Amino acid sequence: MSSSVISVISRFLEEYNSSTSTKLKVVDAYLLYILLTGALQFLYCLLVGTFPFNSFLSGFISCVGSFILAVCLRIQINPQNKAEFLSTSPERAFADFLFAHTVLHLVAINFVG
Amino acid sequence: MAEQHTASDCKQRASQGAGGSVSGNGRPNTAAGCGGGGGGLSGGLTQPAGWQSLLSFTILFLAWLAGFSSRLFAVIRFESIIHEFDPWFNYRSTHHLSTNGFYEFLNWFDERAWYPLGRIVGGTVYPGLMVTAGLIHYLLNLLNVTVHIRDVCVFLAPIFSGLTAISTFLLTRELWNQGAGLLAACFIAIVPGYISRSVAGSFDNEGIAIFALQFTYYLWVKSVKTGSVFWTIGCCLSYFYMVSAWGGYVFIINLIPLHVFVLLLMQRYSRRLYIAYSTFYIVGLVLSMQIPFVGFQPIRTSEHMAAAGVFALLQAYAFLQYLKDRLTKQEFQTLFFLGVSLAAGVVFLTVIYLTYTGETAATMATQHHSLAQHMPSLYFSPLPLINPIKPVILNLDTERLFDPVLSAFAVYFAGVMVRLMLTLTPVVCMLSAIAFSSVFEHYLGDDMKRENPPAEDSSDEDDKRNSGNLYDKAGKVRKHVSEQDRPEEGLGPNIKSIVTMLMLMLLMMFAVHCTWVTSNAYSSPSVVLASYNHDGSRNILDDFREAYYWLRQNTDEHARVMSWWDYGYQIAGMANRTTLVDNNTWNNSHIALVGKAMSSNESAAYEIMKSLDVDYVLIIFGGVIGYSGDDINKFLWMVRIAEGEHPKDIRESDYFTPQGEFRVDKAGSPTLLNCLMYKMSYYRFGEMQLDFRTPPGFDRTRNAEIGNKDIRLKHLEEAFTSEHWLVRIYRVKKQENRQALDHKLRNVAAKQKYTSKKVCISCLIIVVIFKYRFFFFFSIGYQMFMQ
Repeated sequence: MSSSVISVISRFLEEYNSSTSTKLKVVDAYLLYILLTGALQFLYCLLVGTFPFNSFLSGFISCVGSFILAVCLRIQINPQNKAEFLSTSPERAFADFLFAHTVLHLVAINFVG
Repeated sequence: MAEQHTASDCKQRASQGAGGSVSGNGRPNTAAGCGGGGGGLSGGLTQPAGWQSLLSFTILFLAWLAGFSSRLFAVIRFESIIHEFDPWFNYRSTHHLSTNGFYEFLNWFDERAWYPLGRIVGGTVYPGLMVTAGLIHYLLNLLNVTVHIRDVCVFLAPIFSGLTAISTFLLTRELWNQGAGLLAACFIAIVPGYISRSVAGSFDNEGIAIFALQFTYYLWVKSVKTGSVFWTIGCCLSYFYMVSAWGGYVFIINLIPLHVFVLLLMQRYSRRLYIAYSTFYIVGLVLSMQIPFVGFQPIRTSEHMAAAGVFALLQAYAFLQYLKDRLTKQEFQTLFFLGVSLAAGVVFLTVIYLTYTGETAATMATQHHSLAQHMPSLYFSPLPLINPIKPVILNLDTERLFDPVLSAFAVYFAGVMVRLMLTLTPVVCMLSAIAFSSVFEHYLGDDMKRENPPAEDSSDEDDKRNSGNLYDKAGKVRKHVSEQDRPEEGLGPNIKSIVTMLMLMLLMMFAVHCTWVTSNAYSSPSVVLASYNHDGSRNILDDFREAYYWLRQNTDEHARVMSWWDYGYQIAGMANRTTLVDNNTWNNSHIALVGKAMSSNESAAYEIMKSLDVDYVLIIFGGVIGYSGDDINKFLWMVRIAEGEHPKDIRESDYFTPQGEFRVDKAGSPTLLNCLMYKMSYYRFGEMQLDFRTPPGFDRTRNAEIGNKDIRLKHLEEAFTSEHWLVRIYRVKKQENRQALDHKLRNVAAKQKYTSKKVCISCLIIVVIFKYRFFFFFSIGYQMFMQ
């Protein structure tokens, strides 16, 4: 059972490497980075405690938010999904990404206290 | 903007043949209206899309005007004044904001309320309303239009009703079509359920919250449709405005996840849905926590957990979809099994953690049941005619599913708490609009477009509603239909015209009903009372304001006024005096203290009033004019609340007769007849004879002659009674300088009486000797000299 899981995962990684374009791989690397940052923040909170809770929340939600927005960007610029996003060009997707980030970070800065 | 939307709508519905052939020239043109301003392919001199947008604009403008005017009854009949109770607090806060600035308002600690506790206003209020009014006032004054803040507050709700109509139009247009949108806008402009909370003068959260609600829903539907992050961020910002405006934002944060969940259940997951909801949840979450009153509730309370749960579910679902696209079925199954067991483990641990830390669902406090508006609703009369939801269910797209979900929940909430009928109202307006639109489409339909639903005729009936030139337009349509030779599906022109006429009559009666209900039921300021004499002339009873202004002008600025909590906001707003308890009712023990003071006899009450530093006591007494909302009628509530906190001192049964009746006449219970509230209400009332048929001291509200006529007050003195004795103010006297001692005097004389005879005689001898000492000394000396 575990060997089949490992073989599945390795096959998946192979297929991922071959079929994903570089652009998307860059976005995926960014996603991984955000994920690690978020995990680190959560770990820190568990170790040190939640005292300025609004600061923790602000940082953590900012991480999760960046992750989600990057995923949305990836979905929208993926050429395989073109049929679903007829009116959204990749440039428009990126512009929306920037706009959303501006709002998210303005609020996060206000919240961090 | 309407033109743009028409063009984009046309692109999306090109296959459905949505054209705007208003002039009714029967050419089978699906692309007719889609030419935008460029002169359509329909030929002729008319540009259908242009006419369509002009019509839409005119109809929306008229809807705004109708909504605004319909809310002005109270202002015209009385004056531009803030109504009722809660709006006075909102007005006072807005006034504070406009005079002292935004940060002073956000950090305001009000020491003139809830003496001696004070109230942290910044953290216990939804600031959206005050900030909106303050901003409008600031901008207008910047342009040198010097409007007073009171007028901004009074007219804010009617102006926002127009904006609500427009956002309802946008929402319904996204859900159905433009015709239904226009109908919905017209309905919500005049529907009484919404008017009741947004008349001119009712400066309360719902006035702007319903606008924010509809606009947020519109942006949500738009973002699900387009899958664009831009629209979703717009939805988040609108949601933020809604959170700042009203506690009912919880409705949105539960309904949108529910919508997503139902879509997932119905196998309608799409990437657009994922983008819309994930972005909305995260950015909306952090935005909603910026309001101090909301604080950390969105991640702590159970009302917000549904949104989080659906968010997690959606992430998992999306990830699984991604994997499914890439792996074979078998591989996917192995991973799926692993994933499900992991997820189950996580959920199990979370449940254990939560039960261990004691997170329980929120419950409603029992004291809320004393408010009539929190009772379950008994009737639905202000609602428009509820039409069958059949056309909606027949055509359930992703976004159209939003409507039944919304309506199901709104009906449930309206049934639970009558005040929440307000959330049901926009839903019912939209559903009725959709139903009417479908009916009109069906019965006014062009037959050559039998395959495609003829949407252009909805603009016909809008034209009807707008121009008022009913028979002319109807005649045109009838002629047009009878010109067709094609066999119809069993619908003769007679049936069509009859049904159309019937629908139109329904709509007209609805408009009349709405206006009548608004005029009679919802247009009273409650601060000013009016009664009508036999000849129809009006008698204004302005006692409340008379008393509040007396307080304002004749008492010390730091005087403290004790009254029942109903009047707290009004006293603070109009009289500008410190109050003990007010409508916020956040501290039940403090209210119970006041209730105990009102229910006890005068001496016990005086002790409580001394401890609370009370200078004046204000009560409402309706016995002279027959006003039934006075304090004696509310008295049992005071007793109950006091009994809740001080069960040993106050017992509700003491205030009833042995037979269990609540009577104020001679047969009433002695505890009642001697309590402070009774004494204050009926002080000097026993001498007053209202008319020759009734004895002196006849209480018109209770229809009884009062039992205790000879009332003497020891610690209070009457300070002010208004013209019709509605408001009575008493001053609390300071303690006297010389107080009678409690204990008996020591009786010194009685104790010495027993031995006094001997002592008296010896004293007498000594005194005599002392008095005549010279004589004695001389006589003794003479005798000694002589010997």
